[in-house]
Amino acid sequence: MKVSLEQFDKAFENRIRLQIMSVLVANESYDFNSLKELLNVTDGNLASHLKALEKEEYITVNKSFVGRKPNTQYAASKNGREAFKKHLEALENLIKQQKH
Amino acid sequence: MKENDIYSELSSIRNLMERSTKFISLSGLSGILAGVYALIGAYIGYKLVYTENSGLLFRDFYVNDPMVWWPLFLVAAVVLVLSVATGIWLTIRQAQKKGENFWNPVSRRLLASLAIPLVTGGLFILILIIRGHYGIIASSCLVFYGLALVAASQFTFSDVKWLGFCEILLGLLAALLPGYGIVFWVIGFGVLHIVYGSVMHFKYNQ
Repeated sequence: MKVSLEQFDKAFENRIRLQIMSVLVANESYDFNSLKELLNVTDGNLASHLKALEKEEYITVNKSFVGRKPNTQYAASKNGREAFKKHLEALENLIKQQKH
Repeated sequence: MKENDIYSELSSIRNLMERSTKFISLSGLSGILAGVYALIGAYIGYKLVYTENSGLLFRDFYVNDPMVWWPLFLVAAVVLVLSVATGIWLTIRQAQKKGENFWNPVSRRLLASLAIPLVTGGLFILILIIRGHYGIIASSCLVFYGLALVAASQFTFSDVKWLGFCEILLGLLAALLPGYGIVFWVIGFGVLHIVYGSVMHFKYNQ
């Protein structure tokens, strides 16, 4: 079975990054703690993947405070949305190829 | 990448998109109980307003009579408070059972979209009461409640939307037939809630 992997986005190779992106594409924005709960990952793990996505400019970060607590909101950027869509299309193509 | 991997990847994406945008810990049981409270409340209300064994034809009182007005208001308020409290309690319990936090971005959005039509409706109805337009109070309750459900339904099961549409329709019918508010109240807040709650319970709780 030969599969073209070059269409896949390197940033989404990691499952957690893909999951983060899925949540951010479906929502206007999401905060750090809610993401952590939803994905069931540790602080450090989530932070490092968010950083990676931020570096790719797939997400935007908005830091603020609610009372004294820091509240960091993440949102998918236009680039991020496009990359996510392309990645899904690549997955779809892969399934189509295998059907033939 | 194997085909199975792709499918599991896609289903995990789909699952997350759904879980991050829909609050699914609503309890069907709370709908059934809210319906039961409403029926009991309506029965007490009926006893207060109508003559013994006269069906809906003969009244002892008109609703604008303060003798009957305050008890009716009290009954409605108790039904409302009990329903909301039961709803919140069972929802928290359901969320805990699923290992979810009930207080998350989705439930906050759900409550906000529910609250806007409800608070507007509540104020509107208070104004109706102050101005003495008793005839369309039942209708307004149903219409605004229906609108609130439709607005909130985008953050939860789509069944809620259909409940909302039914309430709006009933509310409009109630406005066409003033004086029969109690009938529409019983159908809208009693029967429909019990039907909806049972559907939800058997569809999602099992």
